[in-house]
Amino acid sequence: MRAPDTTVKAAAPVIAFDKITLAFGAKTIISDLSLEIGRGEIVCVIGPSGCGKTTALRVAGGLIPPTKGTVRLLGEPMAGPRRDVAIVFQDYAKALLPWRTAAGNISLALEAAGVAQSERGDRIRDLLTKVGLAGHEDKYPTEMSGGMQQRIQIARCLAQDPAVLLMDEPFGALDAMTRQGLQDEMLAIVAETGATVFFVTHDLEEAVYLGDRVIGLLPHPGRIGIDQRIDLPRPRNQLETRETLEFLRLRRTLFDFIEKAEH
Amino acid sequence: MKRAWWKGLVVPAALIVLAELAMRVQGSTSMSLAAPSDIVAAFFAILFDGSLLLATRDTLVSAGIGLAAGGFIGLALGILFGLVKPLDRLMEVTIEAIRPIPSVAILPIAMLVFGFGYRMEIAIVAFSCLWPVMIMTRSAMAGIEPRLLEVSRALRLSTWDRVHKIVLPAALPRIMVAFRLAASIALVVAVTVEIAANPLGLGYGILVAQQALQPAVMLAYLVWIGIVGYLLNAALSLMQQRLFGRAGRVEAAS
Ligand SMILES: Nc1ncnc2c1ncn2[C@@H]1O[C@H](COP(=O)(O)OP(=O)(O)O)[C@@H](O)[C@H]1O
Ligand SMILES: [Mg+2]
Repeated sequence: MRAPDTTVKAAAPVIAFDKITLAFGAKTIISDLSLEIGRGEIVCVIGPSGCGKTTALRVAGGLIPPTKGTVRLLGEPMAGPRRDVAIVFQDYAKALLPWRTAAGNISLALEAAGVAQSERGDRIRDLLTKVGLAGHEDKYPTEMSGGMQQRIQIARCLAQDPAVLLMDEPFGALDAMTRQGLQDEMLAIVAETGATVFFVTHDLEEAVYLGDRVIGLLPHPGRIGIDQRIDLPRPRNQLETRETLEFLRLRRTLFDFIEKAEH
Repeated sequence: MKRAWWKGLVVPAALIVLAELAMRVQGSTSMSLAAPSDIVAAFFAILFDGSLLLATRDTLVSAGIGLAAGGFIGLALGILFGLVKPLDRLMEVTIEAIRPIPSVAILPIAMLVFGFGYRMEIAIVAFSCLWPVMIMTRSAMAGIEPRLLEVSRALRLSTWDRVHKIVLPAALPRIMVAFRLAASIALVVAVTVEIAANPLGLGYGILVAQQALQPAVMLAYLVWIGIVGYLLNAALSLMQQRLFGRAGRVEAAS
C-alpha cells in the first residue's frame, strides 16, 4: 500500500520545524525543536500531558508564530494558517457550528475556499459518504453522537483538500469501539488522499497502530526525546496488527519512554 | 397533558369578584378605584370611540421606532466594541459614566431639542434601549466559543465572513434576549414619557382620565397596557423560536 517515499522526503519535507522555540511570556514551552515530516508520512506525537504537544501542533498550523526558529510548509516559511493545512480539534462539539446542519458545517470550508454554490451540494454528499455519514446531511451537531460529530469535523477538514492534516487527540474523547472504527477510516482516507499527518495522541497503542513514526516529547521545556520508526506492514488490522510481536515491542518501548519522561 | 390549566385563574377570578362586591356594597365614589364591571364598560367605551386604538398606535409607534433606532445603534456599537478590543478599552470609562443616567432624566433636554411629539419620545426610548443592547451584545461577543474563532482563522475566512457566518450567529441568541429586554424597557419608557410630558399615547390617556376624575377609564388603560406588554413579549418570544428553530432551542438550552 503506502510506504513513505524516502527520496521525495529527502527532496522536500512537507513540514519542517527548524530549531523552534516557543515561549509564553517568561515560560518556555518548546525549546529548540527540529523535525522534518515527509510527504504522505503519518507522524504520531506522544508525551506526558502539558509537555507541549498541542502547542507544537498549533505552531505547525500557523495559529501561533514561534518565538524563535522557522516552520516551513512545502518549502515555504509559514506566515499563518493555510487552507491546505487542516486542523482536527479534539473538542468536536465546540469546533462545529451548532446552528448549521452537518451539510452546512462542511459547506463552511467550501465557502471559505470560494467553491461555487452549484458545486457544493455534490462535494458535500461525497464527503459525507467518505466519512460514512451519507444521508445525515440535515442533522444538527447536537442531534449526533460524538463519533458522528468528529466525522463531520473530519469531513470539513477534507473539504479543504488538505496536503497536511493536523489532528489533536481527535479520538481521545470517544469510546473504544468508535475510536477503532475511526482509526481505520482515517487510515483509509489518508491512504487515498496521500495527505501528510501530524497526529497528537496520549494513547500509545493508537500511536503505534497509526504511525509511520512516533515522536515522543519530553516536558519542561518540550523537546524530542524519542523518534521511533514504525515498520509494521500496511494495511493494518485492529486484531492482527495489535497481536504481532513487533507491535508489542514498540508499545513497550514507548511505554518505557513515557514512564521516564514523567519523572 | 391533562393539567388543570384553570387552577391558575382561580385566584385572579376570586379577586375580581371580591373587588366587584366590595365596590358595590360600599357604593364607592372613589377617584382612584372602580368596580371591575365599570372598568370593562369603560374599556369598551374607549375601544369603540377609537381613542384606545389611536393611543395604542401612538405609543407603539414611538416605542417601536425608538427600540429599532436605539437597538440598531446599540447592536452596531456592541459589535464594533466586541471586534475592536482597543476601542472597547478606550470607550469603557465614557460608557460607564453615561450609562447610569436614568433615561427619563434626559427628558428636559430632549424637550428642548425636539419639543413635544413623537421625535422627543422616540429619542428618549432610543437612548434607554441603546445601553442594554450594546452591553449585552458586547458580552455576547466576548462569550463566543474561542474554538469557533480559531476554526474561522484556520479556514482563513474574510473579516466579513467571520462576522456574519460565525460571530453574529453565535451571538444571536443572546442578542435576541437583549432585544426582548429592550422591548419591555421601550414600552415602559414610552408610557412614562407620555405621563410625564408628552401629550399622546396610552400614558397620556391615563393622565387625562385621571384628571377628568374617571377612575374606570384610567384603570381600563392600565389593564390594556398590561395586555399590550404581554402580547409584545409573546410575539417576540414566538419570533425568537421561529428564527432559530431546532438549532436555536438547542443553543439556548446548552
Ligand atoms: N496560551 C497559553 N498561554 C500560556 N501558557 C500556555 C498557553 N497554551 C498552553 N500553555 C502552557 O503550555 C504548556 C503545554 O501545553 P500543551 O501544548 O497544551 O500541552 P499538551 O498538549 O502536551 O498537553 C502547558 O504548561 C500549558 O499550561
Ligand atoms: Mg493537548
